[in-house]
Amino acid sequence: MTAIAAVALNTFREAIRDRVLYLLLAVALVVVAGSRFVAMLTVGSETKIVKDLGLAAVSIFGLLIAVFIGVSLVSKEIERRTVYTLLAQPVARWQFVAGKYAGLLLVLAANVLVVGGSVLAAVGLLGESPWGLVPAMALIFVELGVVAAFAILFSSFTNPILAAVGTFAVYVAGHLSWSFDLLKKRVTTGAGRQLCDILHAVLPNLDRLDLKADAVHGAAIPAGTFAAAAVYGLCYAAAVVVLACIVFERREFA
Amino acid sequence: MSAVIEIRNLRKAFRGHLGIGSHVAVDDLTLSVAPGEIFGLLGPNGAGKTTTLKMLLALVKPDSGTVELFGRSPRDVEARKRLGFLPENPYFYDYLTAVEFLDLYGRLHHLGAAERKRRIDAAIERVGLTGRERTPLRKFSKGMVQRVGLAQAIQHDPELVILDEPMSGLDPVGRREVRDLILALKAQGKTIFFSSHILQDAEMICDRVAILFKGKLRAIGRLDDLASPTAKWVEVTVRGPVPDGVPGTRRVNPDGTTLLTVTGFDALAPVVSAVTAAGGTIAGVWPRRESLEDLFLREIGRAKTEERAS
Repeated sequence: MTAIAAVALNTFREAIRDRVLYLLLAVALVVVAGSRFVAMLTVGSETKIVKDLGLAAVSIFGLLIAVFIGVSLVSKEIERRTVYTLLAQPVARWQFVAGKYAGLLLVLAANVLVVGGSVLAAVGLLGESPWGLVPAMALIFVELGVVAAFAILFSSFTNPILAAVGTFAVYVAGHLSWSFDLLKKRVTTGAGRQLCDILHAVLPNLDRLDLKADAVHGAAIPAGTFAAAAVYGLCYAAAVVVLACIVFERREFA
Repeated sequence: MSAVIEIRNLRKAFRGHLGIGSHVAVDDLTLSVAPGEIFGLLGPNGAGKTTTLKMLLALVKPDSGTVELFGRSPRDVEARKRLGFLPENPYFYDYLTAVEFLDLYGRLHHLGAAERKRRIDAAIERVGLTGRERTPLRKFSKGMVQRVGLAQAIQHDPELVILDEPMSGLDPVGRREVRDLILALKAQGKTIFFSSHILQDAEMICDRVAILFKGKLRAIGRLDDLASPTAKWVEVTVRGPVPDGVPGTRRVNPDGTTLLTVTGFDALAPVVSAVTAAGGTIAGVWPRRESLEDLFLREIGRAKTEERAS
């Protein structure tokens, strides 16, 4: 546990000493602040626009952080050979991967707290109760956890560019996973149908973690739906991290 | 006492680009290092030194053969608790300060906060970085990074210290300090295993050396056993004329003196009398023993000849 915590803390430290993080955070906060002005230009509910743009900011900037920091987390250590001394310590390889992932989760949590907190404040300032947005934000964090797990998986065996492409691809496909069901109904051959089934089963169903629309429209989110989605996302992320550990365990550092 | 490092029939080949061809980095290497020894793994660039070290640290998996540290697999966390490692041309987390960096590694060794502070202070002082504790590593020069790397390798008081090219990139003062540090570690009863291609440094401190060339062990043993301890030839500097009949090879130095190389002390007396009879003076006499460099060049020369023959 100590080893994982030490690696996680170091990963968090690296991220918060990187200017890119502050740039992303600043842009996200500008979007949240700017949403009020956009809201003025529209007819109808002002707060709906603020909520809509606010949740989108939490999600999109979190995604950018997860991908851009996540994809180089492991590969940068290998490329710069910092991993040599680290793995010469009494640290198991899986602890290294788990620590890196935990550190990235800390960064993402900080992002959700800062940007999400400012969205809640913005909605509150408009005189509406913002608390209905919290479950949606919690699931955004879970979704970011899934994306970060893929980023670290790809990072453990390929270069950052390929890892970024792969992670974005999983993100997009994860939001379109319903389409594989649809496609299956149109495909007639057996192999194609099987491929649709496999992709549908293997890719994360990220739409399950997207309660943004419900939250913006003020619809009550059943506790069961929320809990099931959260458990689904957490288990999925854990499985991907385990896979990343297995990949990293087998790596050689020639 | 059982060996600290035990390497048996170790072999590692790397596949070429796109899996085409292969290159044998380490070939049937067997050696063991006893507790308290300073062991030098020597060889030219590309001899397989770093690959051997990486197999010692489980960074690279051997194709065949075994590696044991304290009788355990290097993948065993318990074995790694007892060693310290400094890689070649180290590069560390440059966003950390020296203290933060050492603190991270102290945590990985499960040291408590007070213990970490005490050891970090001691290690910083030992490698001569006092006053630079709060400087981010990105502002460190190459020599300072090497020092902080050494501090990292020794701060948890390991029984075995593995150093990959610890002298490379250091100025003469830095090399001297690293040598002194290695000797001080030995005096504390530590075992030191290091790779180097700087032979003079190895010659000064090693108890035993192994010479590696193209992955194969060419020679291993105590320096005195490998290179002859007695004078093999004598160099004589002569000022003035050197008569024709004097034995030995001769070379005229830029300052006009002549350097004569004679086969041994027995051959010295006739040379001296012949030179003085001809009106010359003896400016200097140096007995030469075979140095590690001579041994090294001889072994590598032999390896190349064998290669051509086969």
